[in-house]
Amino acid sequence: MEEAKVIIRTEGLTKRYGDYTAVDGLNLEVKEGEVFGLLGPNGAGKTTTILMLLGLTEPSSGRAWVDGHDSTREPIAVKRIVSYLPDNVGFYEDMTGRENLRFTARLNGIEESIIDEKITILAQKVGLSEAIDKKAGTYSRGMKQRLGIADILIKDPKVVVLDEPTLGIDPKGIEEILQLIKNLSREDGRTVLISSHLLHQMEQICDRVGIFVKGRLLAYGRLDTLWQQVAKEEGMLLELRIEPDNEEADNLLRGLEGVQEVTHNRGLYTIRTSKDIRKELVKTLVEKDYSILHLRMGGGDLDDIYRRYFAKEGVS
Amino acid sequence: MKIQGLYTLYKKELADHIRSKRFMIILLIVAVTCLASVYSAGLGIRAAVKEEQNSFVFLKLFTSSGGTLPSFATFISFLGPLVGLALGFDAINGERNRGTLSRLLAQPIHRDAIINAKFLAACTVLAIMLITLSLAVAGFGIILIGIPPILEELSRILIYILLTIVYMALWLALSQLFSLLFKQTATSALAGIAVWLFFVVFMGLFAGLIADGLFPVGEHSPGDVVLRNYKVRQGVGRLSPTMLYDEAVVTILNPGVRTLGLVLTTQLEGAIAGALPLGQSLLLVWPHVTGILAATMLCFAVSYVYFMRQEIRA
Repeated sequence: MEEAKVIIRTEGLTKRYGDYTAVDGLNLEVKEGEVFGLLGPNGAGKTTTILMLLGLTEPSSGRAWVDGHDSTREPIAVKRIVSYLPDNVGFYEDMTGRENLRFTARLNGIEESIIDEKITILAQKVGLSEAIDKKAGTYSRGMKQRLGIADILIKDPKVVVLDEPTLGIDPKGIEEILQLIKNLSREDGRTVLISSHLLHQMEQICDRVGIFVKGRLLAYGRLDTLWQQVAKEEGMLLELRIEPDNEEADNLLRGLEGVQEVTHNRGLYTIRTSKDIRKELVKTLVEKDYSILHLRMGGGDLDDIYRRYFAKEGVS
Repeated sequence: MKIQGLYTLYKKELADHIRSKRFMIILLIVAVTCLASVYSAGLGIRAAVKEEQNSFVFLKLFTSSGGTLPSFATFISFLGPLVGLALGFDAINGERNRGTLSRLLAQPIHRDAIINAKFLAACTVLAIMLITLSLAVAGFGIILIGIPPILEELSRILIYILLTIVYMALWLALSQLFSLLFKQTATSALAGIAVWLFFVVFMGLFAGLIADGLFPVGEHSPGDVVLRNYKVRQGVGRLSPTMLYDEAVVTILNPGVRTLGLVLTTQLEGAIAGALPLGQSLLLVWPHVTGILAATMLCFAVSYVYFMRQEIRA
């Protein structure tokens, strides 16, 4: 993964609408085969960024490349290798799912003789085998989204761009869709760029994320790196439960290197440290014959990162 | 690739139009009214033919009203714009509202392929509809009056059909433009109908108002003022494509029309009564034809440019 080539690159990508700057000097690199999450609240400029990457909107300044093609100058070349699933995707309602897919396939110049076979395989993949010959107007939101995934896969794209793919879908559906998306990268080796404001879902599938607030990329990288970054600046929280729970333990914990603060509440220690001391902590406690009932590094999930960056920006 | 995309879109649009209930309804209205008007005209002509040996009887099928119903040409002039409007008013905003536009634009096709295909497909539908209808009318007419058309009549009908297609395409282009300008399909449909009403009903009143304001005509007004009044009225009226079309149609379908304005008796001195040859009729309405064509192209060009520059947000 380290040596993978960069497939999406932007340089100072900026989009202004009058006085309002939707995207501000975005520098981004997405590597081939990874799942990259574009995270941020609504109106952060995620969709605008995607539209510029696809060449659907012209940037005010800066440039974007997908697989070496300039998005603004060669939009057709870009769109040939990139599939885009917009949020609230729609289909022609008086056409069946199959007809909708066939239409997309033809627009992409796929050979007529293999279209139907391809559709059948894709329908099976997204779990629409039974509904594929029904009118798209009768589809539920979740089915539409799955048809949308089949729709973007029909041209066998190198890069898949999904805009809020899990919006308005029930939990079971979300899980299935996330699994599908994950497989796009893991099994098919496609690059996936996914935009969302739903952290927990992104955490499950993204290799790297970029956090986007008010048109600016505040942080980006692997999730654990991001978390370490946060930890370095703000310290880390450890939750701990031990037995026996006595005064001595308190002192022991305070004595550890890197510990800044220890609070003790009904048997639960909350320890603020400047670095990850779990190894030393466990070692010391075990040596003193304490049994560890519970040890959890607080935060570490996107919520903490999110909260932190948004708080910094005065957005929540 | 470009042609491929355009062709695929074109085929889909064509199929959509032909299968749509909207098109069925419109076709039904137009077909029924037109055939009824031809039937009533035919009955009238049958009586007239017996009395006098008139030339260009066949063309009368299209232009004479037969008493109870307006003529075929009048009906088409009235309903044609509606057909054009109906086929285009939701061209772009309909796609947008269904969420299919952004999906479509993300495909590797040129952006203009979408609007070109939509316009071409709707034009094709208009053309098929009008040609079929005219042929049906002609066939019906032959059965009814028993006189086959002569070559000149055929060429005049052909020109009439072409002109009408261009005229309907004008309204199509206009309604496509509205479908770009307005987010709601209902709004764009109403806007189209408003413009249509304005040109069909109010433009004439409006022209009269201006003319009477500038050159009031009373009972004893000098001929000079009457003439100027008429000139202004006609000039303003001709700003309306409806007016242009109506004048052109009358001239093309009626070889007896020699001029489209007031004629002084002195000008008629020495003129030989008779029908105008096709070339001369065409010459008379050439500016009209150019005007309608230009308006159509202008409407399409504006929507084309607007569509190419429009921000596409889901």
